[in-house]
Amino acid sequence: MIVADQKPIEEILEILAPYKRVLFLGCQSCVAVCMAGGEKEVGLLAAAVRLARAKSGAPIEIAEGAAKRQCDDEFNEPFGPVIQQQEAVLSLACGVGVNKLAERFAIPILPALNTRFFGKVERQGIWKEVCAGCGDCILHLTGGICPIARCAKNLLNGPCGGVRADGTCEVKRDWPCAWVQIIQRLEELGQLERLLSTRMAAKDWSSDRHGGPRRRVREDMLLEA
Amino acid sequence: MNNGFESKIVAFCCHYCAFAAADLAGVLRLKYPPDLRIIRLPCTGKLDTLFLLKAFEKGADGVLVAGCLEGSCHFISGNLRAKKRVLAVKNLLERLGIEKERLEFFNLSSAQGERFAQIAREMTERIAKLGPLRSSGRCPYDRG
Repeated sequence: MIVADQKPIEEILEILAPYKRVLFLGCQSCVAVCMAGGEKEVGLLAAAVRLARAKSGAPIEIAEGAAKRQCDDEFNEPFGPVIQQQEAVLSLACGVGVNKLAERFAIPILPALNTRFFGKVERQGIWKEVCAGCGDCILHLTGGICPIARCAKNLLNGPCGGVRADGTCEVKRDWPCAWVQIIQRLEELGQLERLLSTRMAAKDWSSDRHGGPRRRVREDMLLEA
Repeated sequence: MNNGFESKIVAFCCHYCAFAAADLAGVLRLKYPPDLRIIRLPCTGKLDTLFLLKAFEKGADGVLVAGCLEGSCHFISGNLRAKKRVLAVKNLLERLGIEKERLEFFNLSSAQGERFAQIAREMTERIAKLGPLRSSGRCPYDRG
């Protein structure tokens, strides 16, 4: 899922300072699961902002809502009439949701979150980055553990000389070395030999963000002729 | 004692300890200020941070959460989780420009009727010193 953090409340209050009627619109997908921007967080943030604004003598009227998926117009459309009555929308979705609302509605769309990474739930309250969305997956070679996302140096041949004796990364002390994990995993699967006989080609980073903004087209799914 | 106003203090009390302690305080005919509004929870682990913020938003000048003594939670760790949530909201309140002392977490057992009355006095005194959260008493958006 896409993992995000709520911006510090001070920054959110500053962003909202010019506005008196705002819709707080959450997203019930990834950011709800990572407890940053779901219906629940909309309620909490709205209550906090109302309290702060009332206390500072500049009350704010907040409408609350949460779209099933803010990155699709069809789920935002039901909020259209409410949005028309606002001065701005504070989006608690990832950056995709903010962009999507901004292209659809002609009022300021403000971000409440800092979008961070593609991650997994480690345990409740902890999320870890495991995919970098590089556009050229090699997980079949690495036992399902991504060295691009989980190695601080994005190495294709590891571990590097900096790995600690306890198998942690030299860059991030409490972070397990992705390559140590890959080798252990392949050993468990009885596939270590395969790794040894695979020549990792130099990575083509043009499919990553280094090639500029990306776009996906599926000709067979396009509705127009 | 009340500094010229009768404060509104919401007390979220665990069914197994603080709520029973409040009951005991009544049975013992103990006197404590009438500022408290008690809300019974099955366990303070049921406490949601939204309850705390909504209480303040709807006009409470102070909020207290009272759970079992540490190690004595009927549901093992509900009181410890509630304590963490209360700490998080205290921190948030401060960043919102609201005195964090308006919110407090207490531990007590069902046998401590006197302690409950003391907590009520303590909290009422504290809120009286801080004064009302909002001078208007109500928020302009607070309908109904």
